[in-house]
Amino acid sequence: MALDPALVGRSYPPSALYEVSRQKIVEFAEAIGETDPVHRDAEAAHAAGHPDVIAPPTFAIALTLSAAGVVAEDPDVALDYSRVVHGEQRFTHHRPIRAGDRLVATPTIEAVRSVGGNDLLTTRVDVATEDGEPVCSATSMLVARGTA
Amino acid sequence: MSATVRAADVSVGTELPEQTYPVTRAGLVRYAGASGDFNPIHWNERVATEVGLPGVIAHGMLTMALAARAVTAWAGDPAALVEYHVRFGRPVVVPDDDTGARVTVRGRVGALSEDGRARVDLTVTSAGEKVLSLARATVQLA
Repeated sequence: MALDPALVGRSYPPSALYEVSRQKIVEFAEAIGETDPVHRDAEAAHAAGHPDVIAPPTFAIALTLSAAGVVAEDPDVALDYSRVVHGEQRFTHHRPIRAGDRLVATPTIEAVRSVGGNDLLTTRVDVATEDGEPVCSATSMLVARGTA
Repeated sequence: MSATVRAADVSVGTELPEQTYPVTRAGLVRYAGASGDFNPIHWNERVATEVGLPGVIAHGMLTMALAARAVTAWAGDPAALVEYHVRFGRPVVVPDDDTGARVTVRGRVGALSEDGRARVDLTVTSAGEKVLSLARATVQLA
């Protein structure tokens, strides 16, 4: 069933608090083979002007993937995950995510389209500190094949 | 907290050093754990072939992360990447051997703005095929 265009603009409650640890940043950096010391050495991060070690530019997916999953599970969206592929991804950074950040992720449906029998769902997840400082936005376009 | 490449030293057409990164099955398991994306098509051959894939494929987000490494290595600062957009074209198929797949990243400055930002247009290939059909990174230069 094609997605309802009226879904565009629908927002969801902020995620549970996500506390960013140095260990998680190191784990992510190692998984992508990134060796820049600003991801693992607080001294190097300080020298580069950061309050603590910073996360690589795509780290936000560790929080935003599950936040976007809340949208896919909305009964009005009900995306069939077995048919879903990741079509596009965008990150807009206001500042790097860093160790010690206490973040919440808020999803909003940005676009729905049906193209060639496929449903395309674009969700923007805004990541901010619990105090409301914007950190980054992650926009994912998912393609559900053959569902439209 | 700034790039080591100066905007004054860059022009449209400047090419980034080409980078090639290995992607192995073990690397996919590690990325799954680090990112929280446990979709079995990235580690289970049976599931991958059942859904019509040629085999286990890399997470698109891992390919995106590798391409970002080529950009931030050039810029000299992971914090310099302010905007990054990719469109996933073909999957990176990762064979079940000790070599795995290789992802090659080429980049070229496609635009420069007056505030010292460079748009880097990336060409990302594996086994000779483009795996990202669009990949653009905006970098704040010094």
